[in-house]
Amino acid sequence: MSGPNTDYDPVEVTPLKAEEVEAARDAALKAIDAANSLEELKQTRLDHAGDRSPLALANREIGALPPAARKEAGQRVGKARGAVNQALAARQKVLEAEHEARMLVEETVDVTLPTDRVPAGGRHPLTTGAEYIADIFVAMGWEVAEGPLIEAEWLNFDALNLGPDHPARTMQDTFWTEPAENHVVLRTHTSPVQARTMLTREAPIYVVCPGRVFRTDEYDATHSPMFHQVEGLAIDEGISMANLKGTLDHFATQMFGEGIVTRFRPSYFPFTEPSAEVDLTCFVCRGAQVIDGVTCRTCKGEGWIEWGGCGIVNPRVLVACGVDPEKYSGFAFGMGIDRTLMFRTGLSDLRTLFEGDVRLTTAFGSEL
Amino acid sequence: MKAPLSWIKEYVDLPADLGIEEITDRLTALGLKLEAIETSGAGIEGPLVVGQVLTAEKEPQKNGKVINWCSVDVGDANGTGEPQGIVCGAHNFVPGDKVVVILPGGVLPGNFQISARKTYGHMSAGMICSARELGLGEEADGIIVLPADAPAPGTDAREVLGLGEEIIEFEINPDRAYALSMRGIARDAALGFDVPFHDPAQRDTPVANDTGYPVQIEDTDGCDYFVARTVTGFDPTAPTPDFIKKRLEAVGVRSISLAVDVTNYVMFELGQPIHAYDRAKLQGPIVVRRANAGEKLETLDGTVRALDPEDLVVCDDSGPIGMGGVMGGASTEVSESTTDVLVEVAHWEPRSMFRTGRRHKLTSEAGKRNERGTDRLLPPVSAQRVVELLVEYGGGVVEEGVTEVGPTASPQTRAPLTEITIATDLPARIIGIDVSVETVVKSLELVGCQVSVSGDSLTAKVPTYRTDLVDPYDLVEEVARIVGYDKVPSVLPRRATGRGLTRAQQLRRRIGRTLAGAGLVEVVDFPFVGEADFDRLGLPADDVLRHTVKLANPLSSEEPGYTTTLLPGLLKVAARNVSRGQDGVALFETATVAFPVDQAAPIYGVDRRPSEEELEKLLAAIPRQPLHLAVVLAGERTRGGWWGSAETASWADAIDVVRRLGTELGVPVEVASASRAPWHPGRCAVVSVDGVEFGHAGELHPNVCKAFGLPARSAAVEIDLDFLISKVPATAAGPVFSTMPVAKEDVALTVSTDVTVAAVEAALREGAGPLLETVRLFDVYEGDQVGEGKKSLAFALRFRAPDRTLKAEETAAARDAAVARAAELTGAVQR
Repeated sequence: MSGPNTDYDPVEVTPLKAEEVEAARDAALKAIDAANSLEELKQTRLDHAGDRSPLALANREIGALPPAARKEAGQRVGKARGAVNQALAARQKVLEAEHEARMLVEETVDVTLPTDRVPAGGRHPLTTGAEYIADIFVAMGWEVAEGPLIEAEWLNFDALNLGPDHPARTMQDTFWTEPAENHVVLRTHTSPVQARTMLTREAPIYVVCPGRVFRTDEYDATHSPMFHQVEGLAIDEGISMANLKGTLDHFATQMFGEGIVTRFRPSYFPFTEPSAEVDLTCFVCRGAQVIDGVTCRTCKGEGWIEWGGCGIVNPRVLVACGVDPEKYSGFAFGMGIDRTLMFRTGLSDLRTLFEGDVRLTTAFGSEL
Repeated sequence: MKAPLSWIKEYVDLPADLGIEEITDRLTALGLKLEAIETSGAGIEGPLVVGQVLTAEKEPQKNGKVINWCSVDVGDANGTGEPQGIVCGAHNFVPGDKVVVILPGGVLPGNFQISARKTYGHMSAGMICSARELGLGEEADGIIVLPADAPAPGTDAREVLGLGEEIIEFEINPDRAYALSMRGIARDAALGFDVPFHDPAQRDTPVANDTGYPVQIEDTDGCDYFVARTVTGFDPTAPTPDFIKKRLEAVGVRSISLAVDVTNYVMFELGQPIHAYDRAKLQGPIVVRRANAGEKLETLDGTVRALDPEDLVVCDDSGPIGMGGVMGGASTEVSESTTDVLVEVAHWEPRSMFRTGRRHKLTSEAGKRNERGTDRLLPPVSAQRVVELLVEYGGGVVEEGVTEVGPTASPQTRAPLTEITIATDLPARIIGIDVSVETVVKSLELVGCQVSVSGDSLTAKVPTYRTDLVDPYDLVEEVARIVGYDKVPSVLPRRATGRGLTRAQQLRRRIGRTLAGAGLVEVVDFPFVGEADFDRLGLPADDVLRHTVKLANPLSSEEPGYTTTLLPGLLKVAARNVSRGQDGVALFETATVAFPVDQAAPIYGVDRRPSEEELEKLLAAIPRQPLHLAVVLAGERTRGGWWGSAETASWADAIDVVRRLGTELGVPVEVASASRAPWHPGRCAVVSVDGVEFGHAGELHPNVCKAFGLPARSAAVEIDLDFLISKVPATAAGPVFSTMPVAKEDVALTVSTDVTVAAVEAALREGAGPLLETVRLFDVYEGDQVGEGKKSLAFALRFRAPDRTLKAEETAAARDAAVARAAELTGAVQR
């Protein structure tokens, strides 16, 4: 930049003439307005607000003016540049917003594209079903008891009042292990867990035991050599059949919803006396027996479905397991988990649960 | 147990307006559960009448068949009184015979509509029926020909045929032996409706004498009452009366001969098994004893049985002639030439009956009753009933001789009635309902007990037909069923104070969720295994996994063991999924496996709790059953799609499953290379915690993939989950981490190919010191640039100080120290 040119007549400095400054400003504003993209605006900025732009050049001349003329010229140029910068900023904002909007439009994807890079896993409905049942009882303050699947004959039978010659022993076709003299069986029911619990815990006892059991049944749509039961046992002072009914009604309602309760019919189990079969209000017709004028197919118009067995723990069992029958009484119940699950889910073939097709499990996700 | 309603009604005055469903509902509520109701002749509708054949003209047909064109008198049943023209294909009748005719408009079982239709050139107006067409039996040797004294033509044939008989099938629980008879069912029906019961066992019997057939009981524990009566001059060809035949058919027993049918009839009537001998075939006195070793007997079913010294047998001079209480012998069987019938009725000890039945795999109607326990006072009554029926329908005379032997025969030596004493409020307390003492007493009296109340307790003398009533709670059940199970209120017990799920139970759930979250699908499989499975796994002959708990009665002889490994089952399930079209399968199973212990579990008594020592001995004999987790990954691990192609599961995915579980559970899992079937020897990891190995993971051996039909490179895991769970810390320590800036350094190290990444990483960690935050391998390179037998490992190191921003020199120094330590320990050279 040159120093002040004292020979200069400020009035004669062309770039600083009012009309020149205004023309430059107007040209700039027009160009800014015409800029239709951020790239164009960038060029416009260089052309009209850059170092080589008319207003920048004019501004540079101000220093050469005599001091008296500087103020007016400075104000004039400054005002013009201010207007241009403001217009640039405003235009920049507009164009940026437009650009962003366009970008978002351009980046649109088809969100219906598949996203399942990693196939879903899942837990077996028998597992989650057993947990669901266990949780109902845990919420009542019960605990979950467990025992081995291969069990001592004494615990599976004798301790439960199923002596070696008890006719009921033939009702349960047992898998025996070799040699027979070892007296070890695959447990035929979850009831040995009852015995184990009484043998190892002090009363009062409130336990539920979901688990796997084995019987030498043929394998078909409704029978399986391996299936699952849930056993419940309550030992306390003053336990009655009414408590048993209360517990099972609560279980039924929690499992199948309001309005589903149980019904008792006399039955026989060596480990309980009195014994009862438990029926469940049909959860399909909800006890109405007919649906839209047609006999309910699930309960065959009975309004009830067989659910399991139960009763007051036979005092002989209490004695064998070290519980004082004079002080305590108890109730026990057992039902098939597989069957309960089939009720809840509408599965019709038991084998579906055991053949391991992933389509079964994934249909249930990780919860029942 | 099937029971015709009309038979039950003979002994109980049921109100006439009571429907069968009301009866069965009440009996079900009393514990005699309804299985089914059958009605004979169900499905027959419209006019079914007696007809009399007037003429029958035989007309040969072109197809070789000969039909009868009949004119049949059906009285006024057809509305005209004119004979009915009917075509009939059967030939077992002649004009004048009375037959059963269904007229047009009628329906036969199977919804077979009858109409007048043109056939064989005639308009046939109805049908002459066979038993099979009426749904009354399988025999169809022609049409039914009614006896000559059948009612006049036109009469409804239903009654003549005994149609409409309602038969109730009950499911009788093993304890209710008394209900295996009309007597017992009728008694429950009587108490159920509070109406009079007429006991068919109330029958006068002659006084025993010593002129009857000689009988000795050598084993009075096995048989405490033996009655023998004889009918002589019996007509062996006499037919069984129709009502007996029909009732036996209704209860499901085949009619054989009058003598046999009568013994069966009385058994169903009273519940007492009875045996008839051809007296002419008996040699010398009858002796009841246990069998001698080596003795054989051919039973009525034609099987020759080797007897066990515990079997009770009935003998004569020839040796055993019957298995007492279970099945008679062939040598003394009544036949079509038997004129002298010896009737045996005895009371047998149930346990012996059960054992013999089980030993010889013999089930019979007699055995079923005897092993559950019969009324010990019934033998003379039953014998009397049998001889009366024999003489009534087969002629002959009852001999004077009445043999009654055994301790129960005489009131002097007879055991007294069982007495059970209970607190009068026991039923109320156990049922959980207000039951008055009066109700308790009345209920027990209704079932036949003699009850005496004394203060707060009562004593019930149990009738001999209720062998199931032994314990106080048995009386409670009787009261409960009579009061009604439907009266039991619904009352929750007091709230228990449980401790929730155990830690192990919680962790097992968490493990399941973690695995499912990783894309694994849980399956449930049977635990049965065979040698072929182990062979397919490629296990050596002496592998410990081949030593299984063996089943005495496996479902399949191919799979006689309880498995020691979950893999065979899981691999089969995986292959099944692949064969059903899955491109990728990621499965897991958690289940216990079993390892035998060679110890016998004792059988203790049940009159007391076993001692701690006894209990310990019992539990020690049970096979060890750890909970295992197995995983199989076959085919695609991730799917292909618009994002790129599918990734195939590999050894690394298998190992990552275990590592991921370790991370989830807060257990540091160590991975080292191993060689173990069924894995690929170069791609198998053994996993351990604190130096204890708990399983393997990696790629399966190519032969195993082939043997199970799985895609190449399938990978698998099997670990002891109980062990892993036992290593989970009770509480996790909260981490301390710095918020200062991180400093990153990458290093590339060349090592010999046999140096493991884990070793290099450990050395780097050790050398870098406390400033090192993480070290992570991000690349492996093998090739020309590093030379033969070498590999280049690229690690990303992250450094951070707890209290300050690290200076470049500090980071560099730590990095150099790390590299130096790696060089020292693993021979690593920085590239």
